[in-house]
Amino acid sequence: MTSFASSAAAPTASPRRRARFGFAVLAAGSLLLAGCSGSAAAEDENAEPQDGGTLKIAYDVDPTCLDGQQQGTNVTLNVTRQITDSLTDQDPETQEIKPWLAESWDVSEDAKTFTFHLRDGVKFQDGTDFTSASVKENFEAIQDLGAKASLGQTYLDGLKSIKTPDKQTVTFTFDKSNAQFLQATSTMSLGFYSSDTLAKSAEERCTGDLVGTGPFQLKSFEHNKAIKLARFDDYDWPSSIAEHEGPAHLDGIEFSIVPEASVRNGSLLSGQVDVDFSVQSQDEKTLEAQGLGIASRPNPGVVYNLVPKVTGKITKDKAVRQALVKGIDRDQLKSVISAHQAPATSVLAKSTPEYEDLSDLLAYDPDGAKKLLEDDGWKVGDDGIRVKDGTPLSVTLTYWQDASFLELVQQQLREIGFDLKLEKKTTAEVTAQQAEGKEELTFGNLTRADGDVLRNYFGVSEQNGNERKKAEELDKILARTTSTLDEKERTADFTKAAKILIDEGYSVPIVELSGVIGTGENVHDFKYEASSRFQLYDTWLDGEQ
Amino acid sequence: MSLRYLASRLAQGLLVLWIAFTLSFFLLYWLPGDPVTTMLGAGGELQNIDPAEVERLRAEFNLDQPLPIQYLLAVFAVVRLDFGTSIQTGAPVTEAIASALPSTLALAALALGLALIVGVVIAVTATLTRRPWLRDTLAALPGLGVALPTFWVGLMLLQVFSFRIPLFPAVGTGTPAAIVLPAVTLAIPLSAIIAQVLFRSLQNAWIQPFVTTFTASGYTRLRLLLRQALPVALLPALTMGGVLFGQALAGSVVVENVFSRQGLGRLAQTAVTGQDIPLVQGIVLFAAAVFVLVNLITDLTYPLLDPRLRAARRKTESTDASTPAEAADRIEETEGVRA
Repeated sequence: MTSFASSAAAPTASPRRRARFGFAVLAAGSLLLAGCSGSAAAEDENAEPQDGGTLKIAYDVDPTCLDGQQQGTNVTLNVTRQITDSLTDQDPETQEIKPWLAESWDVSEDAKTFTFHLRDGVKFQDGTDFTSASVKENFEAIQDLGAKASLGQTYLDGLKSIKTPDKQTVTFTFDKSNAQFLQATSTMSLGFYSSDTLAKSAEERCTGDLVGTGPFQLKSFEHNKAIKLARFDDYDWPSSIAEHEGPAHLDGIEFSIVPEASVRNGSLLSGQVDVDFSVQSQDEKTLEAQGLGIASRPNPGVVYNLVPKVTGKITKDKAVRQALVKGIDRDQLKSVISAHQAPATSVLAKSTPEYEDLSDLLAYDPDGAKKLLEDDGWKVGDDGIRVKDGTPLSVTLTYWQDASFLELVQQQLREIGFDLKLEKKTTAEVTAQQAEGKEELTFGNLTRADGDVLRNYFGVSEQNGNERKKAEELDKILARTTSTLDEKERTADFTKAAKILIDEGYSVPIVELSGVIGTGENVHDFKYEASSRFQLYDTWLDGEQ
Repeated sequence: MSLRYLASRLAQGLLVLWIAFTLSFFLLYWLPGDPVTTMLGAGGELQNIDPAEVERLRAEFNLDQPLPIQYLLAVFAVVRLDFGTSIQTGAPVTEAIASALPSTLALAALALGLALIVGVVIAVTATLTRRPWLRDTLAALPGLGVALPTFWVGLMLLQVFSFRIPLFPAVGTGTPAAIVLPAVTLAIPLSAIIAQVLFRSLQNAWIQPFVTTFTASGYTRLRLLLRQALPVALLPALTMGGVLFGQALAGSVVVENVFSRQGLGRLAQTAVTGQDIPLVQGIVLFAAAVFVLVNLITDLTYPLLDPRLRAARRKTESTDASTPAEAADRIEETEGVRA
């Protein structure tokens, strides 16, 4: 970065800019030269985005499949979001649904019919046109994927017909009200691929035969090694909430699979990668001390919570379930979780559109918890564990998540005489045990930027984590949310539902899940979309590329 | 070496393959968990899993059959050289192994080459030196080399030669420089095994009468060692081929994970955690086949290198007492010594 070299490279740039960027200016081209800012301070805060460079992201695990229509994991969806666009976009700040590939839409009052008016001139990366037919064939393909489309199929539940009166218009009709569908159209799980891609088998698509309309094209995918994306130069249809027009700033994105946390951390600190996808909480301070950025956004949807089963020998007692809610000191959990994570303040995370603060219902009340148990006949035994009719108040929880805060929860519950036995196992073992359905308690979360996640998770005819036998008031309220588009009404209903979930002890909210990401000093405008996955269209790198 | 000998060795090899396959099959079967639910329960977040779809997928992978049928189907498929597809990725198992193999082969070959050089240098120097402290130090090195956890060595090397002094990249398999640190890490335990076996053999050879004879006729110690003792002493080290290969493969699981390298070890690790039965089986069979092959080659080439064994096979009485071959006779006794 000598000024000699750079003045030779970019004779038209201002001296300050030349000195700072050197050869990068050559690569950056005219866009950069058009907007030079004067002060060094402004460079950091409001610098003009610079074109060029490859953003190097270190992942902790291999995405076994890159097709976002099939997979629901963060590692997959972060890639999918860059290669394919959606009909709509959801503003991560205001949570509003905004135009993207659809310029506008009409929804019938009963929320059964959705008509989208598509943007003109959108193309797939293989040069074919994106039209209403593309929308139809993609959504039909998702239905054909069945259970393999883990998220998409729930979004399209009850879809009766897709009509395409002309190239720019597509109409969806559902057999019952489906208010959540509009938000679903903003997710990459309902993103679009070209006809050629759809003609391929599900397995072929997994290995990376994916052509979308997005700002980046998939170049290669080698398992356990790397995923390489390159800029799609003809891209000209960013979402209405994007900050610039035309192609993306980055030349490309390279995701490397780096399983060792200390290696990811060292690589980020030594500048070998630009982004560490999964920062360990003990490394956060080092990164911040070195001036590196930490990015995090709570995953919207259902927070990390305990879900007691009403069929359980112990958890069938409402008093026990309620005592669990009262017996956890969520403020104290702050001492063991990352500074970028937060204790739960409702069943829904703060980043969910229909979130409302219910922390009053989640206040720590050990005396209240003890009284509930006492009145219900659970008497303290010799070892401090309560007993009723010879049954100790003891439940085993198997989980696989990286959730060390559960150990503190265990101590807290011990105070009220509840013995929570923790067994950390592999995902495979936990999934299998949950499928058998013998547990009294499960632990988990579910990400989605829409309150409908409550219906999905707790609804009696949906996943029904509590194994409730018949529909209750809760289900009536949740059913109502699908038939209205009025966000105020939906929020009020989801809050009512969350209150019931807490009151009945159907959900014991603990902590909001949020991935903590480390970014290099050279990374700018690293963004999250509404469901807390990466949106890298506006992202740019400064310095020499 | 007769055809009959070869046939019996091949039969032994097939037996080893069959046992490896059977053991891994039942071990995987008895692991708790179900690969299909694991696959569909993407990322572990609670999802809607359609039971009908689960059943369809289970049928696709023959998981709905009774255990003996599943086993027979698996054996018949392998006999037809059909190794199936990975449950996790849907890619053919042979393809997954083939794409991971070159990276591991390059790593193992480089590590073995390095280990051979380092091992020989340590053993030769320790034998030749007249300074007891140097000999003792060098003789202690192999023990240390085996004892150091590969995982820790890898992280230390990265810390120093990648993060502090940016000589080698920490991530990425692309550049030639990226293989240096992993190869060094993997070479350390391998060189320790070679050095240990070689040092013991050399020490044995060094006390043989022919050494005195040759020294008396004016051979320098170095020349004598390199020309006469080393070729003899290398034989027992050569028989370690199988052990070295096993060590290299086991080491690659750790090394490939620390250094984020693609390869068989990494593939095996992800396959086991994901309970990807066809993929694990494929890798087990492949590793066992190579192991059998390495041992077979070692056994077949051994007589070529050792004139005494060659002679014995021909069933002719011929012993040349004045050559190093006689020393090999005694060195054989030390073969039992393993690192």
